[in-house]
Order: sequence, then C-alpha cells, then structure tokens
Amino acid sequence: MGTLRLAAGAMFAAVLALALPVQAQEKPQYGGTLTYMIPADAPPSLDLHREATYALVHTVAPFYSVLMRVDPENPADTTKFVCDLCVSVPVPTDGGTTYTFKIITEVKFHDGSPLTAADVAASWHEIIFPRPGVLSARANWYEAVQSVEAPDATTVVFKLKYPSSTFLPSLADPYAAIYPKAILDKDPHWFEQHVMGSGPFKFVSYDIGQEIKGVKNPDYYHKGLPYLDGFVGIFAEKQAVRVDAIRAGRAAMEFRGLPPAAINDLKSSLGDKLKVQYSDWNCGNLITPNSKRKPFDDVRVRKALLLAVDQWHGAPALSKIANVKTVGGIVFPGSPLAATRAELEQMAGFWPDIEKSRAEARRLLKEAGQENLHFELLNRNVDQPYKYVGTWLIDQWSKIGVTATQKVVPTGPWFQLMRTGDFDVVVEANCNSIVNPVLDTQKYLPHDVFVENYGGYSDPVEADIYSKMLHATDPVVVRQYMRQYETRIVNDQAHEFPMLWWYRAIPERSYVHGWKIGPSHYINQDLSDIWLDKTATE
Amino acid sequence: MSITLPRDARVPLSADDTETAGAGSWLRVTLEFCRRQPFGAFGMLLVLVMAVTGLSADLIAPYSPTANDFEAMTEAPSWAHWLGTDQFGRDMLSRIIFGARTALTVGLTSSFVGGIAGLVLGVASAYFGGRIDNLFQRVCDVMMAFPLIIMALAVVSIFGTGVHNVIVAITIPLIPRCARVVRASALAIREVAYVDAARACGYGHARIILRHMVPNVMAPFLIMLTAFVGQAILAEASLSYLGLGVQEPVPAWGLMLQGGAEEYATTAPWIAVFPGLAIMITVFGFSIFGDALRDALDPKLRNR
Amino acid sequence: MYRYIARRVLLVIPTLLGAAVLVFALMRLIPGDICVVRLGSGGATFNPQAIALCHHEIGLDKPLWLQFWDFVWGFSHFDFGISMWSGKPVAVEIAARLPISLEIALLATIVAVSIAIPLGTISALKQNTWLDVVVRTVAIGGIATPSFWIGIIAILVVLDTTGALFGRPWMPPIDYVPIWKDPIRNLSMAILPAITVGYRYSAVSMRMTRSAMLEVMREDYIRTARAKGLLEHLIVNRHALKNALLPVVTLLGIEFAFLIGGLVVTEQVFNLNGIGRLFVQAVQNQDYTLTQALVMLTVTVFVLCNLAVDLLYAWLDPRIRFA
Repeated sequence: MGTLRLAAGAMFAAVLALALPVQAQEKPQYGGTLTYMIPADAPPSLDLHREATYALVHTVAPFYSVLMRVDPENPADTTKFVCDLCVSVPVPTDGGTTYTFKIITEVKFHDGSPLTAADVAASWHEIIFPRPGVLSARANWYEAVQSVEAPDATTVVFKLKYPSSTFLPSLADPYAAIYPKAILDKDPHWFEQHVMGSGPFKFVSYDIGQEIKGVKNPDYYHKGLPYLDGFVGIFAEKQAVRVDAIRAGRAAMEFRGLPPAAINDLKSSLGDKLKVQYSDWNCGNLITPNSKRKPFDDVRVRKALLLAVDQWHGAPALSKIANVKTVGGIVFPGSPLAATRAELEQMAGFWPDIEKSRAEARRLLKEAGQENLHFELLNRNVDQPYKYVGTWLIDQWSKIGVTATQKVVPTGPWFQLMRTGDFDVVVEANCNSIVNPVLDTQKYLPHDVFVENYGGYSDPVEADIYSKMLHATDPVVVRQYMRQYETRIVNDQAHEFPMLWWYRAIPERSYVHGWKIGPSHYINQDLSDIWLDKTATE
Repeated sequence: MSITLPRDARVPLSADDTETAGAGSWLRVTLEFCRRQPFGAFGMLLVLVMAVTGLSADLIAPYSPTANDFEAMTEAPSWAHWLGTDQFGRDMLSRIIFGARTALTVGLTSSFVGGIAGLVLGVASAYFGGRIDNLFQRVCDVMMAFPLIIMALAVVSIFGTGVHNVIVAITIPLIPRCARVVRASALAIREVAYVDAARACGYGHARIILRHMVPNVMAPFLIMLTAFVGQAILAEASLSYLGLGVQEPVPAWGLMLQGGAEEYATTAPWIAVFPGLAIMITVFGFSIFGDALRDALDPKLRNR
Repeated sequence: MYRYIARRVLLVIPTLLGAAVLVFALMRLIPGDICVVRLGSGGATFNPQAIALCHHEIGLDKPLWLQFWDFVWGFSHFDFGISMWSGKPVAVEIAARLPISLEIALLATIVAVSIAIPLGTISALKQNTWLDVVVRTVAIGGIATPSFWIGIIAILVVLDTTGALFGRPWMPPIDYVPIWKDPIRNLSMAILPAITVGYRYSAVSMRMTRSAMLEVMREDYIRTARAKGLLEHLIVNRHALKNALLPVVTLLGIEFAFLIGGLVVTEQVFNLNGIGRLFVQAVQNQDYTLTQALVMLTVTVFVLCNLAVDLLYAWLDPRIRFA
C-alpha cells in the first residue's frame, strides 16, 4: 500500500515535472507587432460578404467576428466547429430544421456600440437573402435556409426547409463577418470601402495596394486576447519578394503556403530561426476534358488520358518542386469520407501498376481510333502548381503517344474559355475553405445540376446518387454513396480526373507562436492567438 | 556640304553606293569589313555561332529539351549536364541550344517582317506626302505610344500562345519605329533629281517607290534591322517574364527566366544565370554588328 | 512659326483619340469577364444574379457606344471614372501609386544623364582607344541585357553579399514611405530599381552622345576653331558639346516616354507599388476603366514628350521656323 502510494506520488511528480517546463516555455507574451506578407495584389473591396478572394480574408479577418468557426486550437480537424460569438454549437431541433444560437453578451463593435443578436441576424440575412442591389457571393450555399431571425437580444434562430448535413459546416464560413445592423440598414455598400467590426484588432490604415495596419482591440470579448499590440499586412504577389522579405527579416511569415524550393531556400539561409508548419490543403487540381468536343465525347478516350498518368510516382517527384503532395480522389484526403488507398487503387487512374494502366490506355485509344491524338491543354497562368502540373501531364501523356500543347492564359480568359466551352482539356482547381466534402464535391455534378461545371456532360445517374447522398444523415450511408459517386465519375465515366491534392507549407520566424495550420488558407486568420517571443527576436 | 536631317538618319550621297557586282565582291566587302571593324566582326561571329547553334540544334543538343527527368531535378553543372538541370530535370544546355532556335526565329522574323512593312510604308508615306503622310504619322504615334503588354495580352488571349502569336505581338510595335526612321531618310531624297526624272518618264508610283527610293534608304534600314533583332529578343524575354510570351514546354530563353528562375535563384542559380547570359550574348552580338555596319556604311565616319 | 506650333499641338488630339479607340477595342476583344474573376477566384460557386448585379454596378451592361462615350467624354473633363475592380475612383488608385514611379523615373534619369554625357563625350574624343572600347562595351551590355534579369541578379547579389559580410541578409524595404518622411528608407527602396532602369537609359544616351559628338567634331567650324589655336577643352565645351547635345536631349526626351513602359517589368521584380504594377494588375483583372485611364496617361506623356521635342527643334532650326 505504501509503495503504491509512493509510486503514484512519484509518477505524479514526474508528470508535473515534465508538464511544467513545457508550459513555462509556452506561456504567451504580450506585445509586439506582427508583420506578414499577403500573397496577392490588393483585394477588390473590403466587404467580406461580396468578395471571394483569400486576399481579402488575410487583409480584414482580424477586424471582424463570426458566429461560428473552425477550432483555432485544432484547425486540422475537419469535423469540429466552435463558437466565436455564440455560446455553444446547438443541436438541431424540429427534425433537424431549426438551429437556435445563443449569443455572448457584452460584445462591442469598435465604435463602442453593443453587438446583439439583431446584428448577427441582420448580417446573416444579408448574406443569405441579399437585398436587391447587394451582392452576396455565397448566397447559393444556403439554399436550404428558410429564415433567420433574432427573437430577442441574445438569440438567433435559423430555420431550414429540409434537414441538411452541410448546413452547420457552412455556417463556419470565414467570410460571414458580423456587421452592425445600424450601418447595414442605412447603407450596405459602406463596407466596401470601410471597416467596422468587433474582432480582436481595430482598423488603423489601409495604403492602397501596399499594406494594411491594425491595432489591438482592448475590449475584445475573448478575455486575455489578442496578445499582439498590432499587425501589418504587406501585399506582394510575387513569391520571390515574399521569400526574400522573410529571409531578410522584413516580415515574419505568410499565410498561404510556399512551394518546397522556397522553403528549402529559407531553411538553408535561416537555419533554426525558421519554423515550418505543414498540412494537406483543401485544394486540388482536376483535369476536365470537354465532353462536348470530339474525341472527348468518347469515354474510351477520356479514360485513356486518365490511365496514362502515374500519380503514385509523380506525386513524390512533383512534391519536391511544386506545392502538391497527396494522391487522392474527389474528397479531401484528411476527411473520413475520403477513399482509402485500397479503395483508390480500384479506380482507373490509380492502379498501382502503371505499365498495365498505360497498356490499357493504348488499347482504348486504338479501339477508339485515336492513336495519334493531339490536343491543346488549357491552363491558368499561375506557376504553383498549375503550370507544373500541366507540364508534368504533357510528359505523362506523351508516354502513350498522345501529344499535347499547353495554352496558358491569364485568369480572366481562363474562366471565359471554360464557361464558353472553348477548350479541349482544361486544368482546373477545386478549392474550398471549410472542409465540407458533400458540398465540395458538387463541382463534379453535371452542368444541368451545377452551373459551374465545365465538362459539358450530362449524367442523371450521377446526379441521382448525389441527391441521395445530400439527403442522407447517417455518416455510414453518406460514405457509401460517396464511394458510388466517386466511382461513377472517375472510374466508370472518366468525366473529370481528380489530380494531386495540394500541400501547404507555412514558414514562420521562430519567434512567432500560437498559430496553428489548417487545411485551408481561408480559415484561422484573425491572428488573435498569435504571440511573439521577444527574447528570441533578433 | 552636310544636310542636317531630323534625328539621326543617315543617307548615302548617291545611288551608286549600294550597287554590288557578284559573289566575289561580297567576299571582298566582308573581308574589308572585318579588317576595318574588328569589333563588328566579333559581333558577326557571335551572331553566326548562335545561328548555327539554332539551326543544328537537333544534332548538337545532348538531350531532348522537353524530357522531364525526375531523378535529376535542379542538379548543378556536371559532366552529365554541362549547364545543370532545371526543376523538371531538363538539361539546361539542350534547352539553351533549342532556345537559340526560338530566339532567332522570333527575333529575325519579327524584325524582317516589321522592318519590311515599315520600310515600304515609311517610304510610301514620304513619297505621297500631304494628308496621307499626316494620317500615317498619327497612326504611327498611336502605335508607338501604345503599351506592348496590352497588345501582347490581346494577341495571346484571343489567338492563344505559341511562337507565331508572340511574333505578331512583337512585330506590331516595330513597324512604326522603322517607318519613322525610313520616312525621315526618304523625305530627303524625295526631291532628288533621279526621282523627278523617273516621274517625268511616267513611271508608276509603286515602281518609283520600290525601285528608286527604297534602295536608297537601305543603309539606315539594315542598321535598324540588326537593332530590331536584339529588341525583339528582349521583348520576347520581357513578355515571357510576365507570362504573356511563349509557353511551356517550348524552350525559350525568356521563358526560362520566368517563374522557376526566381524561385530557385539562391539554391540553383544556374537556372537564372545561363539563359540571361545567352540573351545578353546574342543581343550583344547583333548590337555591335549593327554598330559596325553603321560605321562602315556612313561615309562621314568612314574617314577616321 | 506660330502656325507650326498651333498645327503641331492640334495634331495631338487625333493621336489621343486613336489611342482611346484602340485600347477600348482591344480590351473588350480579350475574352474574360471581370465579375467572374472577382467572384470566382475563391472557390465560391457563381451566382448568376451576383454576376448580373456586378455587371450593372460597373456599367458593363450599358451599350458599347455609351461606354465609349462615357470614357472619352470623361477623359476630356479629367474624370477618369471608377475602377471596375475596386470601386475606388481611378484618380485615387493612380495617385496612390504615382509617387514611387515618378521617383524611380527621375532618379533613373539623373543616373543616366550624369553617367552618359561625360562618358559618351570622353568615348568620342578618344575614339578607338581602349577607353572607347570599354565604354562602348559597357553601353552595349546595358542595352543587350534584359533589365529584369539585372534586377533579379542585383537583389540576389545584395542579399548574398550582405548575408556573407554582416551575417544578416539585407533587402530593400518593401513598403513605401515618402521621401520627406524618411529619406534614408525611401532612397534605399528606390536606389536599386533606379540603377537597374538607369543603366539601360544611360547606355542608350551614352551611345547617342558619342555618335553626336563624333559627328560634331568633324564639322568645319571645329576645324577652323582648332586652326585658330583655341584650346581643346574650350572647343569641346563651348562649341562642340552644345551642338552635340541637341540630338542627345531629343533622345532623352523620347526615351523618358519609353521609360514608363520599362517600369512595368521593373516594378514587378522589386515589388514596387507603382504605376507599372498597377497597369499589369489592371490588364490582368480586365478592369476596363483603369486600363483605359492608364493607357491614356501613358500615351499623353509620350505625345507631350514628342511635342516638346518637336517644338524645340522648330525653335532651333530656322528652316522650319520660317516655313
């Protein structure tokens, strides 16, 4: 008995001894200004409801609050969401159609006015049911919503038309900033050129095209935060500039992700003055043949192009020079709904034996009478990873006797040519903020169901599987439908080919602490839990 | 007596200066040129080396310029790869050799097409004078002032990328530049006696322009051509740097400097240094050749 | 003379109009839709109502002739419209970026002139000596090398050298402060781009100075002055240089106009928030109003430079003056 107590005591002491120094090292310090690079030119406007570019999130997210968000302590978890302004994440009632949120009290906007449920409801109302003349970029995410109201000062109620497993994740949208109802009622366009939020930082200045500055909000409702005194975000689209800036100490980090070469460059020159965080990215390239154009209307030709590509060996090689890494299907690899390796290997394009795969590809081409196929690959004028993937693919297709040339155009014409169907095969990307696989895979639905699909194909069977998946609520059933959906798209019909998933590598100077990487460059950008170790700054 | 012409046009004193007779005299002229202008001869040599490299690229390049080799990415210069490899494992030396072909194709085509178009238009404009000349001048003004990047983006977006479209984009600004200089020279000889005589004989406009006036502005024209080749190669480099020029995986020096070069500049500097050097050497060669040509053809500078 | 000036000034108008038509037409020929780019870059699914609303907001649903009329009429009243991308007035967008571009252009000109004229003169006076060959080689090097490549190499060299010497690599500041607020920081940002642009500018001017001087030194009146026994340096400074400078000034003026075009690439390399970079962004975003305004600005500068040079020539050349 005595020895047991002694042992327990010793163990307890040991645990304490191990834990304490770690905690002492990790104790956040207050003060300091974080300078970071924003990898874009200046965003169009400052209104989070109307824009769709990550540049805006990196610019103004620190000034605003949202209702719900991805857990900043664990952004890699794709299923857990936590409250920002709410008290707790509700369980839906009324058969899954009513969500009742309680709002924290004693929240103030930066001008001192109180934030109540009315502001939350008004902001969400503007997002879901925009007034005529008001642009809400993501209104169609919330088609299931019937109404959003604030019955009293601390309650917001969302009523849905039908239960939907995609609703709650979509509420965690980083663009869903809460605006003051008073200003929204008077002039919803005010937010395009001005900032009034309730977030951890207050707006200081915005030098057009150059930098944005913010200062600590002393009345922030999450007590004890933020740690920083302020921040400066500098716009620089060119990667070389961002890398040099971090190297020379002009900036501490960036939040999008750098390719391996840049990371190696920084590591070799900064050594242990640099930390790098890695994560899978909820972005992936997909190859879309134009099924309205011969010979891509022939499933054999499409399948041959898919079979020719050796993703399993290409991924490790490309991951050294481009920001891609993981081979996956249509679902984000880190999600429970994603296919396992064994399931992937059953599908065309993922067979483990590439020689067998390419032999089959050549056979299919011969059968379709397209042995010396020659076509133009439309690509976007962005290096990482579009152009790298494009160059790699052309090389892969040459191995089955197909010659492809690249047509690289800037973003505007790229969209235009896709929308008008004026291409042979195009390199696209499917990028999403919150990991919400059922919503994210809408991209693969035929055009008559989902307007932004450019494959030019029609497939009622596929649409039917999706519809069943959307209305299912049991995760096991959802996963079964997802496998059927994926197999139909990729293996059976080769409508579109999911290519390599992107990989994020975020460099930060070693004196920066507190920020945790997630699978998306849109989330976790309010900087409230970042602190600087001033003893380590040089 | 010297006639001071606008800007820096040069005009031979008579129509005889540009007459030649037979291949033997070509050789004599060339040798004379080399003796008098050693610097220019060096430039000519550089140009010839580049031209031969480009023409015989298939024969002398050790690897294919577009073959990816993922086992040998960003390797430093070695015996296997004399100038190293780029981020796709492609041999830099082969890409530079084939790049010579692209560069000279772009450069020579743009400058010849642009030059000849400018030549004919400039002389015709000077010949006809009056309203036609005025209108042409204004069009030239607009074309010269208009930023190349928009033109290039328009051509690339509408017609797609590819060497021929880049050539179109680069040729367009060259035409008014050539026309301007040629017009200045042509203005001076419009009133010279043999043109009057030709008119009196009843020769048509086209014949007078092409057979009498054009040969007499050949000297400044040829000098300009050599300058244009250099400018065209540099323009292709700039456009490719902005992403509006030739596209992957075509080997072109300007394209090699874009993207990958800056990304790997500290870890693999050979990716950025060698294409830049290639551009520099080629344009250098054309420039000093052009300078020497001007010195040789200009009677006033001939004496020293 | 006055008739010549008046005629020459009036001729500016058709040039500007021609440029306006060209930019208007070309931009609209490029396939693409700014609203789609703006709303589609973040993976948000397009909302057809949102796109239509966006078109209406920025005036893309107006008939083409009306858009053109608004553009030309606005320009003649110095009203450059609203940027389609950001919704801010074009004048505000341009004014925010003009200082750094002007500063680089001016610094480059100073660098160019202070190098080109002395070196070009010396090179001409000592024609075909080793000094001449060195100067000419350096000059041709400046013309033959892509300026952005010089910029890339320059940044690298500075980074590596300072890293090796001081243990900490130094990079020019990446945010602009006006020169009166912090001259050191401002100049340390501007000096590398100014030298990069100025090198090429000075190379072209050096060659022109050299050839102009060579031509002038052969004139009869120089020979006479020498025969009269005048000291060589007086001949050069008092007689030759003045006459040689006319074509040089002409060239400086024309090259300055082309400088604006060169800034486009330089500002990309050094990440300067200037007019050149704004221009690239505007073109890539297909922001019609901003692009049109910037092109008209560039063309106007070019045309004014040419006009100034022509008038200078007219004033100096009696044949034209009394025509």
